[in-house]
Amino acid sequence: MTAAPGAVRDRAALAQTTASRTRRNSVADSVMAVASGAALLIVLSILAVILFDVIRNGLPRLTIGFLSEAPRNGMTEGGIFPAIIGMLEMVILMTLAGVPVGVATAIYLHEYASPVSPVTRAIRIAVANLAGVPSIVFGLFGLGFFVQFLGAGIDKVFFHGEKVFGQPALIWAALTMAVLTLPVVIVATEEALRAVPRELREASLALGATRFQTVLHVAVPQASPGILTGTILAVSRGAGEVAPILFTGAAYFLPQLPKHLSSQFMSPSYHVYVLSTQSPDVDATQPILYATVLVLLLLTFALNVAAVVVRSRMRRRYTGATA
Amino acid sequence: MSANGAAKVEPAPKLIVRDLAVFYDGKKAVGPVSLDIVGQHVTALIGPSGCGKSTFLRSLNRMNELIAGCRVEGTVRLDGDPIYGPGIDPVAVRRRIGMVFQRSNPFPKSIQENVAYGLRIGGVKDAHEIAGRVELALTQAALWEEVRDRLNDSALGLSGGQQQRLCIARALAVEPEVLLMDEPASALDPIATAHIEELINELSANYTVVIVTHNMQQAARVADYTAFFYLGELVEFDRTDVIFTKPSNSRTEDYITGRFG
Repeated sequence: MTAAPGAVRDRAALAQTTASRTRRNSVADSVMAVASGAALLIVLSILAVILFDVIRNGLPRLTIGFLSEAPRNGMTEGGIFPAIIGMLEMVILMTLAGVPVGVATAIYLHEYASPVSPVTRAIRIAVANLAGVPSIVFGLFGLGFFVQFLGAGIDKVFFHGEKVFGQPALIWAALTMAVLTLPVVIVATEEALRAVPRELREASLALGATRFQTVLHVAVPQASPGILTGTILAVSRGAGEVAPILFTGAAYFLPQLPKHLSSQFMSPSYHVYVLSTQSPDVDATQPILYATVLVLLLLTFALNVAAVVVRSRMRRRYTGATA
Repeated sequence: MSANGAAKVEPAPKLIVRDLAVFYDGKKAVGPVSLDIVGQHVTALIGPSGCGKSTFLRSLNRMNELIAGCRVEGTVRLDGDPIYGPGIDPVAVRRRIGMVFQRSNPFPKSIQENVAYGLRIGGVKDAHEIAGRVELALTQAALWEEVRDRLNDSALGLSGGQQQRLCIARALAVEPEVLLMDEPASALDPIATAHIEELINELSANYTVVIVTHNMQQAARVADYTAFFYLGELVEFDRTDVIFTKPSNSRTEDYITGRFG
């Protein structure tokens, strides 16, 4: 069989364009490789510079004493012990207040609400918007709602107008932070519930379990790694935020640890802000500032690692001993 | 005997299905189907994929209504008690009519806790009673000898066939009257399948079993009665030997002789 001359020519031309296209593609590939490599390098070097700077300047100051002593001499000496305790108290209160509400909301959204009802859609939009609100707005909301409305109201009713809860306090900062971290918990919980296999729910229901029993005994335990991860991420976020506690409970300096829900408290994140902007002697406080930042970074890092470890541990437990 | 009107069978029916139709988003998937399921016998539902046999099975213990957009018409009576209707709790229905699924779906709990699950949610608290009923259920499911020494191990460490027998034990532990099985052996190897089939034969002494199967030999081996579904309709329902030797409907004959499906 002999091909027509025209066809031969066409085939040669086709081979040529294919070859040039291949060449062009390989050039594009190398450009992409270089570009993404450069992007990676930039990101890594920014992180490296920050970490290097913080570790070099902060590490020498980071001693046991720094973690266990209160600030002295106008914050130029001593440590950040009260700030660490204050943050722990705030984060615990925040978790107690926020996580149950967030988990309950997610359970309602995923297990009970009709996916097409306008109410469900409204809640979802509200959650998404809540996640997008700048944290300073949460701070102002906390001041307006919790401190000036709720706190002042409590004072009027229970304390004859004496200022107890009607001022910035641990409880109000924790509640403000709980509202801020609510979307994190809700989204993480809902995703975890969505990942629960349908077969397991059906198995439970087919055994005569009610919907509530199925949620309680099958869906939530199965989703618990996700819920826990969301909680830890919320805590990590809460530990680092300044704006929400700025007006609602954080103190510049306190001689005592917070003892009541109505006490003010110190927090490492706010402490960083104070040391870097309000210090009377910047040079003297700078090492302390660096060390505080280092503590804050280590804490956040540790929490994020904990989230990853918890997730993988629990996942292994729930997806089979042999796997 | 044909699908028009109820198929007649001699012993007292356990489940009486009349004009049962299932709709998804307004589109009819099955029915209307009328048939009587005989107590303490095995009834097989056969037919090509998508013929509605699984949908029909799931409507016998109200599992379909968990799917959004699903609507069921007609009546099903269990020993004369309607299972559909206002004021009837599907949870109570499912306690009397248990189900085993196509893919084994043990909970990520211990073997013991898997079988005890239905008892615990049903309010049984006594540890002795639970242990006894777990052993009984595992024995009935022919799994006790294999797992008696590792009841506290994760159920997920069992083989596929063992997991499916565990799911059967779990369903039996709550002592249902009827056991629905949706292709319980389709994901198993031949040896595990033989185990399950043997088990189904034994179970029919005490339970009413309805089994959906793709495998006609399986239906012939385990079932006393067989219903052939095609395109959402019940084509023919009769004793298994009649269905497989002298079916009255040509479509049944075509299907069982392998001409389609």
